[in-house]
This record gives sequence, structure tokens and C-alpha cells, in this order.
Amino acid sequence: MNIVIVKYNAGNVVSVTNTLNRLGVEPMHSDDPETIKRADKVIFPGVGEASTAMNYLRKQGLDKVLTDLHQPFLGICLGLQLMCKHSEENDTDCLGIFDLQVKRFSNGLKVPQIGWNLLENLNSPIFIDLPEHPYIYFVHSYFAEIGNETIATSNYSDKFSAALHKDNYYAVQGHPEKSGKTGQKIIENFLKL
Amino acid sequence: MLSKRIIPCLDVKEGRTVKGVNFINLRDAGDAIELGALYAEQGADELVFLDITATVEKRKTLVDLVRNVARQINIPFTVGGGISSIQDASAVLNAGADKVSINSSAVKKPDLVDQLAREFGSQFVVVAIDTKSMNGKNFVHTHGGRTPTSIETEPWADEVEKRGAGEILLTSMDHDGTKAGFANELTAKISTKLNIPVIASGGAGKKEHFVDVFTTGAADAALAASIFHFGEIPVPELKQFLHEKGINMRIE
Repeated sequence: MNIVIVKYNAGNVVSVTNTLNRLGVEPMHSDDPETIKRADKVIFPGVGEASTAMNYLRKQGLDKVLTDLHQPFLGICLGLQLMCKHSEENDTDCLGIFDLQVKRFSNGLKVPQIGWNLLENLNSPIFIDLPEHPYIYFVHSYFAEIGNETIATSNYSDKFSAALHKDNYYAVQGHPEKSGKTGQKIIENFLKL
Repeated sequence: MLSKRIIPCLDVKEGRTVKGVNFINLRDAGDAIELGALYAEQGADELVFLDITATVEKRKTLVDLVRNVARQINIPFTVGGGISSIQDASAVLNAGADKVSINSSAVKKPDLVDQLAREFGSQFVVVAIDTKSMNGKNFVHTHGGRTPTSIETEPWADEVEKRGAGEILLTSMDHDGTKAGFANELTAKISTKLNIPVIASGGAGKKEHFVDVFTTGAADAALAASIFHFGEIPVPELKQFLHEKGINMRIE
């Protein structure tokens, strides 16, 4: 299977690579449009800041490429946020795959949310064979609001989209690559799509 | 709801886990990666690897160790010990670490906190504070607790938050190694004032101490070493106990 991890200088791709390796897959890392278009599946991880990441994607022409793919695509953490329409983080226009706003937690709780939180209202093949309310590891200060494309919710005083899905595009706010067996199962399910 | 975290700490020297009482008298507690993998399997929420000799001996953190840990362990882990520059942090990030913990280097060069947060994001930056009370006040200590400073602990915690730290790892040297409980009062003061998570460390001896640190101490996470390494309190037993006491725990 030809899995490409989008390289855009945001964050820790080592963990995603290690998880894929444990599942017997050796991914490629690439920011080359043709390589990404040819992939069987594309993973779009990310830790970092929205405007810097979007500037890099636009400079490489990847904003157009990533929004016009047809194979299964999985955004993780900042990846999910960049797939939304707009982020409050430095007032950044994002890719717009999901018609949702990304907002900063402003509920008096500690920011970033760091740690394990429950997924609820699971509704997607990427969550097959998981417990009803599995725990996922989160590290984030911004969140996507709830919308029609929400396929899992979580609650950090505010209820937010823990995962999204539209057509071939999937995204999770937490870090499956850091979430033990549960997270590994989510990635395994994605690989089976 | 976000759960409270249980974090085994692996003090590493030349690839082996060691744990001292009051930071000295090291006893060997096994292979660091094996132990880490065991804890992950048992339900530990995160791991911390501290190269305890790094600062004193001016050695760089063991990038190879980080790489091997990352290959085998699929829960988040923090690496600390001798990280004193963007380059050091970048090397462990690229080897697969989720966070770095800085201590002496932050005291020596506070701007490092700002730089790391700008470069890698606050979520990557844990500032470790070793604190000891002297004449009724709490002072920051560096170099594995060997060197006292004139910096008071609470204002220092405020400062590192403002500079961009994503978490604080607060170790009470007055409690560390005593097995008599965490520094609940000081932890609560800092944790309730700051808007970033506080990991309490030092003094865990029995399961009830963890209840105290999560309730009275208002800690977001609790870290311990020897009670786990020597099997005194297995991680699953501790988490089940805390769950039964009404503390929000990840139980799978």
C-alpha cells in the first residue's frame, strides 16, 4: 500500500511513521503534488501554528492539491483544523474542506487541553471495533465546532468535533498515533477504507 | 471529560533506569525501554524519561534512546536532562519525543522557554521546577536539586507560563523520596493560579497520596518513580483505586 504523509514542516511525523511501521506499512513523506496525488491514502498530521502551516501549503501549491484528492485522506490535530474553513489562530483562512470554524477554548479551563479525553457519538467506519466511549490523547488549544460533518464529539467544557468526515476526507482532533491500542485501531481502520 | 494522568518517571543513566532517594544513592531499576513499554501496556497515561546525569556531566540527552522508545511505545513521552538549546530540542523531537522538559537551562537562560515555544509550540515545552522550602519560602533548585537559587518558586512558575511553557512539572525536594505524600499545598497554589497543567512530583508512597494530590493538590497529573519500578503500587491497581475514589481516570 502506497501511503503518503504530507510533509509541510508542521510537527512530529515520527510518531505517525512509527505507528504505520507497527502495522507493517512503510509510508513516504512528501510535499510533491504528483506523489501525493498518486498515493493510495494520504495522511495529514500536524502540530504547530495554523497561519505558518497554511502559508507553507500555499507556497508549495499544496492547498489546491489537498482539496482535490479522491483517495482516503486523514487529517490529525492541526491537520483537522487546517481542513476547516477558518481558524481563529492568527485569523487564518484554511482549506475549507469542512464548512466549520476553528475557535480557541475560552471556557476558563486550562489551555491547551492536554491529556486523555472520551470520544462520544461515534459514527464512522474508522471507529469500528472500538469501545463505545474510547479515550484518545489530545493536545490542542483550538477546536472545530460541531457540524453536519461531525462523526465524534468530545467535551472540554465546550462540546467540540473530535472527528470529522466528508466524502473521502476524514479528520481526528486527538492523536491516534499516541493513543495506545485505541489509536492504533483507528489508523488500522483508516488503512482498510 | 479530561482524565487525570498517571505518569511513571524513568530516571535514566547510560540507558538504565535508576531511582535515587533525595536525588542520590542510585539503585538500578532495569532497562528503560522495557520498563516504559510495560507501563504503557499497563495503562500509564504518559511517560517521562529524565537523563539525570546529563546536566551535571554536560552530556546531551540520549537521542538514540528517544528513537528506540518512540519505536516501541505508543503513548506520549517527555524527555529531559541537559536540553539547553533549540538544536538539542530539535534532535529529540526528530527522534520522536512529544515534549521536552527543561529545568536548569530555563533558569540560566529564561528566554529559552520563549524560543522553544515559538519554534515548536507550547505543547512541546514542559518546564520542570525543583523546589525546596527554606525559612518558610520556596526556592527553585537546579542541577538535579544540587544548586539552590534565589528565585522563588511561585513567581517563577508564573513567569514560565507567560514565556510560553505548556506544562509545569513541579517536584518538591522536601517530599521527594520520603513516600509521605505530595506537596499538596504548594501544588494547589500554583495549579489553581496558572492556566496550564501542573504535574505534581515527589513524595508518592501510597495510593491515597494520589487522591490527595488530585483533590487537595488540584494537580492535573501525578508523576512517580520508585513505587512503580519496584512494583510497590502497580499502575492498573492505582488507576482502579483512583477511579473508585471518584477521580476521573482512563480505564480501558
